[in-house]
Amino acid sequence: MTEVRSETPAGPAPRHSRRMTGPPVVGRARATACVCQAAGCLSAGSDLVFERVTEQLVSDGVTDVAVKRVGCLGLCAAGPLVEIPETGELFRGVEPENVSALVDRLKVAERVATKPEREPFFARQVKIVLENCGQIDPENIDDYVARQGYSGLTKAVTQMSPQQVIDEVTRSGMRGRGGAGYPTGLKWATVAKQIATPKYVVCNADEGDPGAFMDRSVLESDPHRVLEGMAIAAYAVGATKGYVYCRAEYPLAVQRLKAAIHRAEKAGYLGASISGSPFAFHVELRLGAGAFVCGEETALMASIQGGRGTPVPRPPFPAAHGLWGSPTLINNVETYASVPAIVRKGGEWYSSIGSGKSKGTKVFALAGRIVNSGLIEVPMGIRLRDVIFDIGGGIPDGGTFKAVQTGGPSGGCLPEELLEMSLDYESLVAAGSIMGSGGMVVMDDTSCMVEVARYFMDFCREESCGKCVPCRVGTTQMYLLLTKITEGVATLEDLEQLEKLGDMVRSTSLCGLGQSAPNPVFSTLRYFRNEYLAHIEDRACPAGVCRVSIKEPVA
Amino acid sequence: MTVHTLRIDGVECAGSADQTVLEVARENGIAIPTLCHLDGLCDIGACRLCVVEVRGSTKLLPACTTQVADEMDIETASPRLQEYRRTIVEMLFVERNHVCAVCVANNHCELQARAEELGLTHLDLANVNPKLDVDASHERFAIDHNRCIMCTRCVRVCDEVEGAHTWDVMGRGIDARVVTDLGMPWGESPTCTSCGKCVQVCPTGALFEKGRPVASTKAGRPFLPYLKSREEGRHS
Repeated sequence: MTEVRSETPAGPAPRHSRRMTGPPVVGRARATACVCQAAGCLSAGSDLVFERVTEQLVSDGVTDVAVKRVGCLGLCAAGPLVEIPETGELFRGVEPENVSALVDRLKVAERVATKPEREPFFARQVKIVLENCGQIDPENIDDYVARQGYSGLTKAVTQMSPQQVIDEVTRSGMRGRGGAGYPTGLKWATVAKQIATPKYVVCNADEGDPGAFMDRSVLESDPHRVLEGMAIAAYAVGATKGYVYCRAEYPLAVQRLKAAIHRAEKAGYLGASISGSPFAFHVELRLGAGAFVCGEETALMASIQGGRGTPVPRPPFPAAHGLWGSPTLINNVETYASVPAIVRKGGEWYSSIGSGKSKGTKVFALAGRIVNSGLIEVPMGIRLRDVIFDIGGGIPDGGTFKAVQTGGPSGGCLPEELLEMSLDYESLVAAGSIMGSGGMVVMDDTSCMVEVARYFMDFCREESCGKCVPCRVGTTQMYLLLTKITEGVATLEDLEQLEKLGDMVRSTSLCGLGQSAPNPVFSTLRYFRNEYLAHIEDRACPAGVCRVSIKEPVA
Repeated sequence: MTVHTLRIDGVECAGSADQTVLEVARENGIAIPTLCHLDGLCDIGACRLCVVEVRGSTKLLPACTTQVADEMDIETASPRLQEYRRTIVEMLFVERNHVCAVCVANNHCELQARAEELGLTHLDLANVNPKLDVDASHERFAIDHNRCIMCTRCVRVCDEVEGAHTWDVMGRGIDARVVTDLGMPWGESPTCTSCGKCVQVCPTGALFEKGRPVASTKAGRPFLPYLKSREEGRHS
């Protein structure tokens, strides 16, 4: 209560080492204020909200209300968010200077038998990966354990053989949530079959797509879930050592992950003799130094080993020849976070959710020109329109939907006529995009699609490692051509050359970054070719974004 | 050692399991253009000139790092591949400053040779023309970054053969450069043994010996037989 702290609200990084605790509660709390402490709300001052509410309740002598730090509540656009789970009320935009309305409500709030029907943003979601997000204190392992945390791991190591765990994951039909959608069970089985030891389990937390923050939110809100998934995977494939490769730009996720590893070791869920069994598994954290390409698995492994983060040709695949030449299992954050629920409830339960060849749920980060920017989890196969208009709340300020960008720099832009499509791996690929890790950037009629393509090409150009020629020089050349188009000085021959180069970069690049770098260009050319032509033939930008030149084309 | 039979451009070939497509193709007189590959050094699949079509694979595979397998059916010079290769060489020409007429390596340059072989007669792409340094601080050698194509042969020979690891790569994408030690001037490098291997393996005029024509430094390549025997020693 008497802690000295700076007056200016700071970013997500924690400002003091000792955490202020909530007000003392006598007996069972009548109501709880769950204050979101994920990066979005924190940067809007939610840590101050926590302290002001606590101070207010203490000074008013209230002893039957708890105040709790929780992870991401999802509706990031309206932060800082405070939820009273007993009544199902959500307070939005709570300002640290003005918490009296919230405190007044807390003083009288009573648990209600039937909670009010929630708005579509919450009602239409199905939460598996995010089931604890916004419910538990991410830095409190007891909170996680109280919600069946680590029971999947205990079940796996005490009641199941490694093969049974793999069978369960195979039965679930889950596919890798990192982007490519490789069947998770198959990947695990491949690593499990390798004879060489030691084996490694790696968690790819190098999330870097512009507009994507799924992995960050999961790590900030429920870090133990990822560790549990990794430990189950390690048991299944026979690994004894794991690495979480997290980007250093996520200081809060790193801090909570560190704390989670420490507490899980103390509680016997990591380390030697897990849950009393002979199984041992140690996890170490490795921080990325800001290179997008390190999300590519071979570059990621090079970086973990202390080398320069550049991809190497596959095969050999990491499953056979990974970290230090040993068999290595690499999955992303969301994949591991799905595993505890699969082991707990069974693969069949998981495969009953979703559609066709895309089972389960997918976490998406809604960003851009959309009312409800935030984090959502929906069953696979949901219509794109439902995600953007029902859950996302549509376009703000009366704007008109133009396109949604999925899959980041490796993905594509989907136009209005595809709003009825189902969100699954196959449909997205057929539409010229990819599932990717789950970023969704919504654009309205104020966005120029050529400029969008140029933006992503600029991103790929900057993030290319520079090893192979098609990616290193090809992305730069494509960027120069796109710049020419946005400046209104391009010719139809330039457009032809752009397509030719795109085909070459896609076909000959070494790794996924280069192979998919032309995707934003191809998808915008496919659905918005008229905008390219307007820039070239009419020297006009239909969206009024580009400063097109009135000069004659340069020969 | 298992021996596989495969078809390269319609020719029936035999290769042992640890051989690459490139090695088997060259044994059978089938030329696949390369730039970053050099016999005796580890292959990295970076220049992408040697990509080939393998029946049954949707992706093009680099011949230098792809191991042969039974019943492989490989096409090495389809019009599509040749077109890609021409574009790759063209991109190298426009990436930095490659004007053959004023280059020390004129007529002794592998980039120039590839361009001639592939029939690259003119450049359509925009020149990037970055302003790059020349480091002539070493008493015997110099590097002109304007002529470098980032094949990293110098990096590999210095690490794998000389064991000095003076050379490495810094920066990303189009800004990537080869550097001596941690970017210090070559002449001040405490690790460089001045062996000159990097100069001898450089495919272009980027690395050269002061006061000697490139023709004489590159003509003999006296240590290449040693490299070759080292590789054969590994195979036996």
